[in-house]
Amino acid sequence: MGHYEAPIREPIIVGDKSYHDITQDVAAPIEGKANKQWKIAFTISLLAMLWGFGAIAYTIGTGIGVWGLNNRINWAWDITNFVWWVGIGHAGTLISAVLLLFRQKWRMGINRSAEAMTIFAVVQAGMFPLIHMGRIWDGFYTLPIPNPLGSLWVNFNSPLLWDVFAISTYLSVSLVFWWTGLLPDFAMIRDRATKPFQKKIYSLVSFGWSGRAKDWQRFEEVSLVLAGLATPLVLSVHTIVSFDFATSVIPGWHSTVYPPYFVAGAVFSGFAMVQTLLLIMRKVSNLEAYITRVHIENMNKVILVTGGIVTVAYLSEFFVGWYTGSSYEDFTYLSWGAATGPYWWAFWALITCNAIIPQFLWVKKIRTNYVWTFIISIFINIGMWFERFDIIVINLSRGHLPSSWTMFSPTFVDIGIFIGTLGFFFVLFLLYARTFPVIAQAEVKSILKASGDNYKRARDNGEEVHHESHAEPVHVEEAPKAEENHEVKTSSLLGSIGTFDINTQTPDDLKRISGVGPVMEKTLNQIGIYSFEQVSKMTKKEYDLLDSITGSFPGRAERDDWAGQAKKLKS
Amino acid sequence: MSTKVIQALYDDDDVLLKAVKEVRAAHHHIEEVYTPFPVHGLDKAMGLAGTRMAITAFLYGITGLSFAVWFLNYIMISDWPQNIGGKPSFTFYHNMPAFIPVMFEMTVFFAAHLMVITFYMRSKIWPFRKAENPDPRTTDDKFLMEVAVDGNENELSDLLKRTGAIEIKVNEKH
Repeated sequence: MGHYEAPIREPIIVGDKSYHDITQDVAAPIEGKANKQWKIAFTISLLAMLWGFGAIAYTIGTGIGVWGLNNRINWAWDITNFVWWVGIGHAGTLISAVLLLFRQKWRMGINRSAEAMTIFAVVQAGMFPLIHMGRIWDGFYTLPIPNPLGSLWVNFNSPLLWDVFAISTYLSVSLVFWWTGLLPDFAMIRDRATKPFQKKIYSLVSFGWSGRAKDWQRFEEVSLVLAGLATPLVLSVHTIVSFDFATSVIPGWHSTVYPPYFVAGAVFSGFAMVQTLLLIMRKVSNLEAYITRVHIENMNKVILVTGGIVTVAYLSEFFVGWYTGSSYEDFTYLSWGAATGPYWWAFWALITCNAIIPQFLWVKKIRTNYVWTFIISIFINIGMWFERFDIIVINLSRGHLPSSWTMFSPTFVDIGIFIGTLGFFFVLFLLYARTFPVIAQAEVKSILKASGDNYKRARDNGEEVHHESHAEPVHVEEAPKAEENHEVKTSSLLGSIGTFDINTQTPDDLKRISGVGPVMEKTLNQIGIYSFEQVSKMTKKEYDLLDSITGSFPGRAERDDWAGQAKKLKS
Repeated sequence: MSTKVIQALYDDDDVLLKAVKEVRAAHHHIEEVYTPFPVHGLDKAMGLAGTRMAITAFLYGITGLSFAVWFLNYIMISDWPQNIGGKPSFTFYHNMPAFIPVMFEMTVFFAAHLMVITFYMRSKIWPFRKAENPDPRTTDDKFLMEVAVDGNENELSDLLKRTGAIEIKVNEKH
């Protein structure tokens, strides 16, 4: 019924999942305990973050003289890092907005994490202009509000001010887009939560989402419109970042190719970072069924295209620099002078990482291989950092006045702040991975029947997928049938799983076990089973006893593995 | 009107969609349907009117654009005109190319945020609001249809059973 998808399209949910399986797989990392690797990674990130905060405090307390900036090179690592982080922050909204408009279903497995990455990356990016102000307490001068200097306003002719508007709009709209999509998934976690504190938190963040038909109708339209708004927004942000350079008159910066080239570069680096993060996450959080080879390959194709655009831009910059015949163009970041000059290593790092290494992705074997993809994505991350470093530092290192030509060497504070933002980013991402539904499970459920492996297979063979045997409808008002002679069985059942004193202990909500409805709960309570503790001790013998007592749903308890479920629920 | 509703639980979206159509064909009033994910075609099957969220976004966008024009004109042209970098500031028209980025950002800002706020208000979702789905399984893998009862409980539950409901119960309307 309306779920047809061409058999030639590869399934994007593998592993024969049902709706309930998706729920469990997405909830598992949140409900389970953190493993050792997570704790180690978190500790390292936290230390890096604290070191970075220390370096920032030192910068603010003493002034930006503690950085390696000099008279000629007045922008360096700070703006390099700013542009690098903003660029990384482009993939998330691109995946969730542009791919939504293009109806690309594979976005659903990765959009949540990509958007999280976007938001966390933009947070890092935003810190650099703020601390670069030096006197951060005067930061409100960037806002068009009345200030202590009378009615002096901000300068709306300046691309730096456009940046303030672009970045803050981008951050806030991405956040709202992300959170709105999260509501149904938080609601799912809320309705499964067993601990009161967890339940409280997830009730709060899910905004009381109930999943009414009307809510869903609005939800879908809001998502679509937000995607339509976010698509030009995401393109505008890096365009405006490129204006910071392109509207200046510094050789190498004053270039009309910058906006499209920066946007392509941002998408390129953003997707590389998504690959880096998700290739680890799919393993650690057991999401292999949702983030598949198809996802990885599709992202690699996007990387190949945007990497191609970036490479063409490099070539054209190189050609134009040479073709002008101007001696000042011979030391811009893409020129023979740069390739052989004192910054040759930065030049070749850029060319190798961004233009040469990604070309391996033309080979299908490599772009569908997880390990190779991971390695290439790391190279691209490094290469894109060098691209911004080259644009800023190489171009500034030589100017119209040869006597002031110089090099840049970062101080420990420069390095500390960069490491600190990496740490902060991973702290946020690691916390996210343990507390947020990292897959947009509601959306994934809506495409399961079209793109799930089992459903596709069944459709091709003209069969139907059966996950649960359909039980007879139950009418709750009916009293469960009591069987004679079940006293004996009951006591032997309770003997093996333990008794429960209703007067001193609080009973658990047994309905939370999949397969236990209100009737079954009543029946279980009549027998004397009230807690997950008791259910978790059930084995084959107890299941059979239970079946003979209740006489309904024979074999159901065993099939649904009540004991296993209860074990999870009670912890 | 009776204050009772009958709640039928389904475990498949296609079965639910068919059931909704059948219940409507039998002229019963469907109060509400709770689903764990957007079931396509459900709003049409239930006879819900289309949503006007996109229209509100358009209006908010126009508002944002107008605000930006007024705001930029006031600051840059009328209140404190300055010649910055040779960019002409005599009239709004002359200076406008430099204003386009901010005009665009404000349009998006207004449209996106005000539309989402409208959505939250209309659907009554905000922090500290209590969820109202009658069964916690409706955010997992079950679908729940609420039908108004008007003394025809047995007839209704028979009908719902026939449509493939896996659980049926009668509840007070909340």
